[in-house]
Amino acid sequence: MGKMIARLNGFYCYRHLLKQLVQKDIKLKYRRSFLGYLWSILNPLLTMAIMVAVFSNIFRGDIQNFPVYLIVGQTLFNFMVEATNMALGSITENAALLKKTYVPKYIFTMARVTSSLVNMIFSLGAMLFVFIVCGVNWNIFMLFIPVIILQVYLFSLGLGLFLAQSTVFFRDIRHLYSAFTMAWMYLTPIFYPITMLPDWLRTSVIMFNPMYGYIQQFRMIVMDGQMPGGKMILIGFSVGLFWMLVGTWSFLKTQNKFILYI
Amino acid sequence: MENYEYIIEVTDATVRFNMSTERLDNLKEYFIKLMNGQLMFQEFLALKQVDLKVKKGEAWGIIGTNGSGKSTLLKLICGILKPYKGNVAIRGTIAPLIELGAGFDSELTARENIFLNGAVLGHSERFMKEKFDEIVDFAELRDFLDMPIKNYSSGMAARLGFSIATVVQPDILIVDEVLSVGDYAFQQKCEARMHGMLEKGTTLLYVSHSIESVRSLCNKAMWLDKGNVRMHGDVMEVSQKYMESF
Repeated sequence: MGKMIARLNGFYCYRHLLKQLVQKDIKLKYRRSFLGYLWSILNPLLTMAIMVAVFSNIFRGDIQNFPVYLIVGQTLFNFMVEATNMALGSITENAALLKKTYVPKYIFTMARVTSSLVNMIFSLGAMLFVFIVCGVNWNIFMLFIPVIILQVYLFSLGLGLFLAQSTVFFRDIRHLYSAFTMAWMYLTPIFYPITMLPDWLRTSVIMFNPMYGYIQQFRMIVMDGQMPGGKMILIGFSVGLFWMLVGTWSFLKTQNKFILYI
Repeated sequence: MENYEYIIEVTDATVRFNMSTERLDNLKEYFIKLMNGQLMFQEFLALKQVDLKVKKGEAWGIIGTNGSGKSTLLKLICGILKPYKGNVAIRGTIAPLIELGAGFDSELTARENIFLNGAVLGHSERFMKEKFDEIVDFAELRDFLDMPIKNYSSGMAARLGFSIATVVQPDILIVDEVLSVGDYAFQQKCEARMHGMLEKGTTLLYVSHSIESVRSLCNKAMWLDKGNVRMHGDVMEVSQKYMESF
């Protein structure tokens, strides 16, 4: 317990560093590009436009308001992928700093996941644009959207911490994970309706793919004007917290050995 | 507040490294080695049962040849490394200067790096804003503030690093052979600032190959040789013996 309090206290002391690192990531991402931060909005819009052009003929009958359906799934899934991919290299790529100064190591992982979050918040601008163009009905439940994002953030941070520490010992994880996210993307109903999947696959996706639950919560609010059920929200948070536990535990267990491997 | 006699207490500390001759950083190799029962690392002890007890206000010089464990000892005291055996107790704030510019991001400008490096040392943005002019004036780099650090020379980066790290008066100042890249005038300026801090009660740990500057700054010294303590005590005696060993 005393250890826990000391850790939280340590985090409080380094909150400025977290802020600086997040600012650094965001500043450097678009430095020297002509349109700058506008890319955070333009990029998702362009991807969405291409995907709408490609898939709208295939699934036209099944999904109403396909652009909205698509951009919700795409935004949440891309956030998770970007956050975890950035987190994965957070320790190995900051080796220079970790070898020469003492700072809590998880700050780097946390900073990267947080800068992906900020990035995603920018891209909500693109989503808003699509909502207006497609005439989405505004409703009070939309105030719940930040809570959905929080669930995805917890999940990504937990998974990110786990990936970051395993990458220190096995650099192969990076390549393995990129193939894994590819499969993951196709197993998430981002651009197709879940009803299209055969029964056995559908139940496995609902059971084992947390991203499906998060995206579903978001779509229920935006597309059906309904509040997601309590059970769904509870499961969403439980999965997020479970990964936070796994991530934190594995990270704390191995962090003293990082310096010997980076 | 308990009153401890020592501000730095390193007891019987051993630091172990895995020699990187056989780095296992891919899964296939790991499993092959695991199967064959060859999962052994060649061990290397960078420090062997080192004891160092420093009282508040003392200035210790750490001398020894390359690879004798000087930097490892400093990293141990900063908390970057954990001892494999033994204990390290620190009672105060540390300003570490282990390779200047360690907290710099080469893509960012000097102005942005001042805030980043400040945050690495635990200072808030507001505090760094207050001290900004003082830092820039000491480093004498006002004309190059908006240039990315990657275009800086090592001497210029050293100037900036030193002025950021010494902007507050730390309890313990750790300096690891970093000033050698600065020009003569700047080295003098840094030594003057360190003398000033010593007078105000800062404890100093100083690594340098320049015996002259160790003698001028420190009153105690420790001589490391291949991870073992060869000698420690008065700076003149230890450095004399060290020079004679060549």
